[in-house]
Amino acid sequence: MKTIQFKNVYVHSYGAAGGPMEKQGLLGSHLDVAFDDVYCGEKTYEMAERKLLSCAIEAMLKNGDLKAEDIDCYVGSDLINQLGTAHYFMKHIAQSFLGVYAACSASTLASAICGMMIDAGYAEKACAFVSSHNATAERQFRYPNEYGVQKPDTTTFTVTGAGAICFSRQKSEIRLVSATIGKVVDFGFKNVNDMGSAMAPAAFDTIMTHFKNTNTSFKDYDLVVTGDLSKVGLTVLFDLFENEGIDTDKRLADCGLIVYNLMDQPVFSGGSGCACSALGTIASLFPKIKEGNIHRVLVAATGALLSPVLVQQKDSIPCISHCVVYERVSV
Amino acid sequence: MMDINQIEQSIQKRAPKKAKLKNLIMAFVWGGCIGLAGQLVLEGFMNALNLSVQQATGPTLMVFITTAALLTGFGIYDRLAQHAGAGLFIPITGFSNSLTSCALESKSEGLIYGIGSNMFKLAGSVLTYGIVTAYVLGTIRMLIGL
Repeated sequence: MKTIQFKNVYVHSYGAAGGPMEKQGLLGSHLDVAFDDVYCGEKTYEMAERKLLSCAIEAMLKNGDLKAEDIDCYVGSDLINQLGTAHYFMKHIAQSFLGVYAACSASTLASAICGMMIDAGYAEKACAFVSSHNATAERQFRYPNEYGVQKPDTTTFTVTGAGAICFSRQKSEIRLVSATIGKVVDFGFKNVNDMGSAMAPAAFDTIMTHFKNTNTSFKDYDLVVTGDLSKVGLTVLFDLFENEGIDTDKRLADCGLIVYNLMDQPVFSGGSGCACSALGTIASLFPKIKEGNIHRVLVAATGALLSPVLVQQKDSIPCISHCVVYERVSV
Repeated sequence: MMDINQIEQSIQKRAPKKAKLKNLIMAFVWGGCIGLAGQLVLEGFMNALNLSVQQATGPTLMVFITTAALLTGFGIYDRLAQHAGAGLFIPITGFSNSLTSCALESKSEGLIYGIGSNMFKLAGSVLTYGIVTAYVLGTIRMLIGL
C-alpha cells in the first residue's frame, strides 16, 4: 500500500494522563494528570485505566476548548479483551466510535485513521486515543500482579497511562504529514519475555517502506522514534539498519526509553504498552515540536500481536508497526 | 532484505546475559535460609508444645503459608521473589504465593466465579501432577511389594 499523504490535517489539541511510575519518570512534568496511586482512586485496575482515559480525553477537550460532542468520531484502542476500556468509556459519549486493535502500535494507527477521515471530509474533528495499565496488561498477558515470578532483564514494563489527540483541518503548529500502514511481520520468535526483539523487524520493515515510498532517509527527520522496543529491541533495530548499511545518524530513539528513567526505576528493559508511544508522542515530541526544538519527526509505534492462548499452543509472536510523521508549521 | 540468522545473532548479542550464577547463589541462600527458619520453627513447636516431629510439621507449614500469603497481600512477596527466584518459589512459600496472588487478582470478579474458580489457576498443575505422581509411584510400590 502507498504511504498516505495528508493534505490538511493538524493536531488541534492533546491530553495525557499517567500513573505513579510515569509521574516519577522522565515525562512526569508534561502530563496533564498524574496519579500517585495505581488504582487512581478507583476500585479495580480496569476502572483505574478507564479513569486515566477519561482524564486524558478531558484534558484534550479542555486544552482545545472543545466539548465531547464537538468531535465527530473517536478512534480508540487498549489492551484489555474486547477493548474493555475504550468501549466502556465510549458509552458515555454519544458520538461515532471506531475501535481498533493493533496491540501497542494502536496510537499511530488510530492517528492515521483520524487523518484519513478528516482529509476525506467525513469528519471535522476526530480523536485518536489509547490507554494501557500495567496491572490490567499483566493480568491479560502475563501472571497475576502479586505472583512471585523472577522476570528476566529483557522483559518490558507496561506503561500506566492514556493519551488522546484531536485532529482537525484547522491550522495549528503541528501538522500530520503522512502515514504508512504496516505489515504483519513474524520471524517465528516465541520469547514473550523479549517482545522488543520480536518487534524490531516490524519496525524496520515499516520505517524502510516509509523511507522508500516518500524517498526520504534518516537525515530528513529530526527524530525517528519507535513505540516500545525498549533497550534490547532498539539495539536489535540499530543492528538491522547497520546490516543494511543505513546510517541512523543518531536520530533513532524509542518511547520505551523516553517515558521512564531506566537508571532509577525498576522497569527492566523499558516501557511498553499502548500508552508508551502515546505518552512519548504527546508529552515529549509534541512539546518539543511546539517549542521549535524539532521540526519533523517520524513515530513508528510497534505492536506484538500475540494471543496468550496461541502462544501457549507454541505459536510465535506476529508483530506490526504503523508510522506517522508530524511536522512543525509556522502559524 | 532481513535475514533471520542475522536477526537471531543480533538478539543473542544484544540481550542482557542471564545472571545465572547470581540467580543460583541467591536461590541457594534464600532457600537455605527458609530451610533453616523451618527447622527453627519446627523445633520451637516441638519444645514449646511438647510435640513430636510429625505433630509439629503441620503448624510449621502453616506458619510459612500464612507468612507468604500476608507478604503477597502487602505487595512485598513479588519484590522479594525477583531477587530470591527459586529460593522462594520451590519451598511451600511459592505454593502459598501462587494461591494468594490468583485469589487477589480475581477478587473483583466475586467469590464464586472470581476467587473460587481462579485460585488454583497456577497451583492447579502442582496439585494435578502431585496427585498423578503419587498415584503412579504408589502403584509401583504396591507392585514391588507383591
